[in-house]
Amino acid sequence: MKKEISRRDFVRASGALIISFSALGGAAFLDPLAIAQGPFDTHPSHVDPNKLDSWIAVASDGTVTVYTGKCDFGQGMGTVQTQLIAEELCLSIHKVKLVQCDTSVTPDQGTTSGSQSTPTNFNTRNLAQAAATAREALVAMAAKKLGLPADQLTVENGVVSAKSGRHVSYGELIQGKQFNIPVSATAKRRSPNEWKVLGKPVPSIDRVPLMTGTFEFVHNVQVPGMVHGRVVRPPEVGATVESVDEKSVQNVPGMIKVVVRKNFVGLVAEKQWQAAQAAKHLKVSWRPGPGLPAQRDFYDSMRKQPARDVLLVNSKDVDDKLKSASHVLEATYFHPYQAHGSIGSSCAVADVRSDRATLWSATQSAYPTQHGISALTGLPLESIRVVYVRGSACYGLNAADTVTYDAALLSQAVAKPVRVQLTREDEFISENYGAACVIEQRAATGANGAIDAWNCEIWSASLGNRPEYDKPGNVITGMLAGFEPEEITPKAASEPAEELHNRNNAVPSYMRGCVNGKCGGAGSIGSERVLTHTVKSPFFTGPLRSPLRLQNTFAHECFMDEISAYVKADPIAYRSQHLRETRITDALKAAAKAANWDTRPSPSSATARTGKVAGRGIACVAYEGDNGYAALVAEVEVDQQTGTVQAKRFIIAHDCGPISNPDGLRNQIEGGILQGTSRALGEEITWDERKVTSIDWESYHTLPLGIEVPIIECVLIDRPEAKATGAGETAITLVAAAIGNAIFDATGARIREVPFTSDRVKAALSARS
Amino acid sequence: MAAISLRVNGQSHTVEVDPETPLLYVLSDELRLRGPKFGCGLAQCGACTVLVQGEVRRSCVMPVGAVKLQEVITLEGLGTPEQPHPIQRAFIEEGASQCGFCLSGVVLTAKNLLDENPKASDEEIREAMTSILCRCFAHKRMMAAIKRYQSGRR
Repeated sequence: MKKEISRRDFVRASGALIISFSALGGAAFLDPLAIAQGPFDTHPSHVDPNKLDSWIAVASDGTVTVYTGKCDFGQGMGTVQTQLIAEELCLSIHKVKLVQCDTSVTPDQGTTSGSQSTPTNFNTRNLAQAAATAREALVAMAAKKLGLPADQLTVENGVVSAKSGRHVSYGELIQGKQFNIPVSATAKRRSPNEWKVLGKPVPSIDRVPLMTGTFEFVHNVQVPGMVHGRVVRPPEVGATVESVDEKSVQNVPGMIKVVVRKNFVGLVAEKQWQAAQAAKHLKVSWRPGPGLPAQRDFYDSMRKQPARDVLLVNSKDVDDKLKSASHVLEATYFHPYQAHGSIGSSCAVADVRSDRATLWSATQSAYPTQHGISALTGLPLESIRVVYVRGSACYGLNAADTVTYDAALLSQAVAKPVRVQLTREDEFISENYGAACVIEQRAATGANGAIDAWNCEIWSASLGNRPEYDKPGNVITGMLAGFEPEEITPKAASEPAEELHNRNNAVPSYMRGCVNGKCGGAGSIGSERVLTHTVKSPFFTGPLRSPLRLQNTFAHECFMDEISAYVKADPIAYRSQHLRETRITDALKAAAKAANWDTRPSPSSATARTGKVAGRGIACVAYEGDNGYAALVAEVEVDQQTGTVQAKRFIIAHDCGPISNPDGLRNQIEGGILQGTSRALGEEITWDERKVTSIDWESYHTLPLGIEVPIIECVLIDRPEAKATGAGETAITLVAAAIGNAIFDATGARIREVPFTSDRVKAALSARS
Repeated sequence: MAAISLRVNGQSHTVEVDPETPLLYVLSDELRLRGPKFGCGLAQCGACTVLVQGEVRRSCVMPVGAVKLQEVITLEGLGTPEQPHPIQRAFIEEGASQCGFCLSGVVLTAKNLLDENPKASDEEIREAMTSILCRCFAHKRMMAAIKRYQSGRR
């Protein structure tokens, strides 16, 4: 039996043409410098990202197969990457076939996340650059064949033509051969002015199979001989296995095996229903966990824990300025743990044999998962293949990674292919939640009303994270099986030394963000200090759409609103007064115009103390400092009797550089705004003394389809000359802040804790002076 | 275990399963249908929705033994990729999904309502969709697709 699935075999089997398969094993390519590129970038593997053939294969019939390490979770990356290749190679999208995230054949592009797929693959590196290289190479071949200079040739639909009418197709040029050239750093990308496919509202390529129920999700993967697994998670946080009574399920029909590995418990049966029944009946004695901190004062206890502290900016004059100021504003904001809550519980199929393994997984991290499976199973890295198959959309680190580990452990124990799907409760207690945060703000205003100094302290709770290449204990299955999660080592902050990259939006946009004379912030406030404290979380945490950026922006944008209300300034004008970054002020202007913004301070003077009142709020952001710009106006109605908040209308101005697909972009913005609304109004992980209690859709509150859907208007700011940025997380980042500010505008009540439940709104209303 | 006969998307099948097995597991594991999906197993989200004798049912909590020979229609039973049903066409035209995992509940619930009550008011449509979840929040486009199907029926 072969140990390795060769890229050549795969490509043959998939019907496309030969391309290179490096004879060198994985480790031979490891270059410490390249590894240091971070989690989202291209890493060396057996598929060399420097070779053109690693990305693109042109078949003799002119069809193009593309190998990408950035996959589509339902947010449209598949469609736009297909457009990108069609554009650069001057083809119809129907000629392009995309192979996504398969460790046998695609380049290692780390994790598909962090709004980094567009910046990584749509600028002048990686996939885009490979496509430009391929076009130039094909045109050069045509020039040679036709005996004409390349600049006298044009390309259309995969055919290179001379003015005389002589022409040659890609298929004729490549004749089933490889390119055998490196990706060129100087190949010229097609200018946005010439775009025929990219930049157009191409409908999503998966819409027909999705709507007709024929699309294959990872949940639909069927492998010959496949059986079904279920997991039995600890009934409370931190519980450990004392004993497992395998006899308790020996009479369940179809039962194959109970699998225990340290604190991991699972089982395998012939059919899914049998596995579900067995999981219900399996008797496990658990040693109790250490118990959980009370949810009631969790935000207080967070701030008393030892922490890993980081000073991001510190102008060292903030304390003095706050001390001498005639007035200091202070406010503390709270954001809860929230779930990814994918609509489908996570699922994976594993086929682990004594000498090899194949995993079908919806992970965002195919290559890192290959490493994790190697650690869990003891199999050598090169004998493991991870194939990405789309799952229910994840919005970050849901349970897709951990269920892949579950499937691997169970399959290895029975030496058969095993499909594992989590129950809804398993999903809620197995995922890495978006972090709980407490954010304390203090600011002083000067005689002219402008902000003189701003101090911000941020506490966030953390345990585990993405497993990356070497930390399988960062998700629950790895931890249960004996691997340690990433620890928070308490450490005092040292003075900021590195130039500010505002990746977590921890630094408010209004600060200059100066470190050693270099000012990476977007604003004008020079007296600035931002100190972050990371403390140990009782629950696993990880990236959830706009991780920390959303929590921080909620606190910054609400506090900015509080200051502008205090100085009786219009909140948009006041923001603009403190901003240097014109891409934010442009977005503010565009949103204000589209919303027909009434320039005045908040709260609205029309505010009545009873009944239903309406208000509007603004929030803006430079996402991750430079990865997308937006301003959002929210219009809400607050029922002061019941405390319910209804979002009526959103107007957003959105700038992500050159727009790859305006229809896909609108879809992302609309979804992001409504998901943000759901998170702002209802979503919160809850727990008691021992366990998580938000375990289904009655105890975790999401906005159903039957709501009165607010009007959403998008102003798309296209900047063809700029670098392409991400666009999947910018809109959602602003929603809680914009709604919170609109509630204040409507009622004069400031609500500083997410979610804005009716009880909290009523409490804020009765606290009004 | 028992031999159970079913009529699904116009075809007859006999499966050998425990009659308590939820219909969903039979549809996906035995008949290999991709439309209905496991979302919660608690009848709270709608991802497993099918039509049984024309009625909207949550197949994750319906024992297969209770189905008998009633006609079961899944999302893929409505139309084909070549010839989608008008409601599927409305969703395609509106681009009304992101990940698409929830579509069985959205499409079949709306179809059932509008076929029975073609003049359903917006409020009646919302009422019918109160226990359908979409976590990508493609709500705006889904509602537009439902309205498009409704206006096409008139």
